[in-house]
Amino acid sequence: MKRLRNTGNSPYTFSILNIDLLPVVFTTFLILLWEVITRLDLVDPFILPAPSKVIHTLVVTFPLMGQHMMATVFEAVVGFCIAILAGILIAIMMDKVRVLKRIFYPLLITSQTVPIITLAPLFAMWFGFGYLPKIVIVVLVCFFPITISLLKGLESVDKDLLNLLKSMGASSWDIYKIVKLPAALPSFFSGLKISGTYSIMAAVIGEWVGGRRGLGIYMLRVKNSFATDRVFAAILVIVLLSIGVLKFIGFIESKAMPWNKEIYGLKKEEE
Amino acid sequence: MKKLEIIDVTKYFDELYTLENISLTLEENQIVSIIGPSGSGKSTLFNIVAGIEKADHGKILIEGNDYTGKTGRVSYMHQKDLLLPWKTILDNASIPLMIKGIDKKVARQQAAPYFSLFGLEGFENHYPHQLSGGMRQRAALLRTYLFAKDIMLLDEPFGGLDAITKRKMQQWLLSVLKNLKASILFITHDIDEALFLSDKIYVLSERPARIKAIFDIGIPRPRDNSTFTCEEFVSLKEKILNLL
Repeated sequence: MKRLRNTGNSPYTFSILNIDLLPVVFTTFLILLWEVITRLDLVDPFILPAPSKVIHTLVVTFPLMGQHMMATVFEAVVGFCIAILAGILIAIMMDKVRVLKRIFYPLLITSQTVPIITLAPLFAMWFGFGYLPKIVIVVLVCFFPITISLLKGLESVDKDLLNLLKSMGASSWDIYKIVKLPAALPSFFSGLKISGTYSIMAAVIGEWVGGRRGLGIYMLRVKNSFATDRVFAAILVIVLLSIGVLKFIGFIESKAMPWNKEIYGLKKEEE
Repeated sequence: MKKLEIIDVTKYFDELYTLENISLTLEENQIVSIIGPSGSGKSTLFNIVAGIEKADHGKILIEGNDYTGKTGRVSYMHQKDLLLPWKTILDNASIPLMIKGIDKKVARQQAAPYFSLFGLEGFENHYPHQLSGGMRQRAALLRTYLFAKDIMLLDEPFGGLDAITKRKMQQWLLSVLKNLKASILFITHDIDEALFLSDKIYVLSERPARIKAIFDIGIPRPRDNSTFTCEEFVSLKEKILNLL
């Protein structure tokens, strides 16, 4: 049975503009607590700089950080795009040819158990200190969630629906175009969101090993000169960039699936 | 004229017989029902007729031509509406035309005129979840009809509806069929439904499914609510009940 939900109103009792205020208030409290602790000189500023100091440093050093940020964003975006293409390709191949799934699936899972951070120095040895090793790391980190979620989405399509299309004489391409790919979109996007948030971090890990530009390299330098406030400023930039990527994917998701999200909610309730 | 003939179809899964020597004839503009217990392999029979599954023995003839194991000739409707939630009703109905290679715009133009006949006028641009269960089944029937207008396989099409909606849909189906000129093979386990709609009823046994009995239903048309209580209906119902 369909239950009509009050989707127009906020699901939270404590909110403005449909934003849940509870986590906002709690986070603000934590930051204030942090500020107070540092103001009272309970912790050495070299160990933990005050939030206000971090913000101040961020503003002052932003022009310097800018070029590093651009390099990191470049690596993350290029790597992420390659990962998307690779993920789509691998998922469709494994869905279409079952033998390929049997061959590659265990390998795929195993590949994710290798600690990427230990591979980074190797990649530097193989691919040098330019953009390439960083991009490779981003691809390795990002393609997995995309592949797995898309594959699951493709496999979860109702068998009766596939039979119906087959009975109409639909080709394999028709079935992908009409049913499988659109049906897999929600699942694909949840994979994209996971990978997207990892992409910036993966680029930073790649840069940690060395190179000329990038937030990872910048962080390494400022850490070595004990500029803790700058380390925190760089972390803040990474966090903001990652959230930016996430929001951007969310925006694309809502554009790519104009049919209502609530459909899936309703369907689940009916089942 | 014989529209569809199922000749001596046998199917087994592993060692287990599912269908045993099923033969059946569907004449033009007739409604023929297959009635039998759940799990008796009725849906397997439909899959074989639609060409999705292969029979181990037997033939499917459509208008005298051999269509055994060939898809794309007859249309099929399931108990679930199987409408795509991300497409509007018009686009859902256009799917069979698009599979046939007709351009999306042209397909929409061809599908649109049927909406009033199927009681879906004004709902072209709605999404399936915005429609009632009965309307969704009508949309699914329209999609089925647009695929193949002459022979339709309906597999418990009203099985998921409540009793009142179901009754309305049966009457609606009979009224709409007057304008459609379609031959229909209908699966159900509802005896009332079979008697109300059909020209002929095949009663299947439990697994392995064999044809237990064939009834010609001579109840005059048009049929309406009084059909359910007429003498012929009641006596046929009793005979079928005793068989099952």
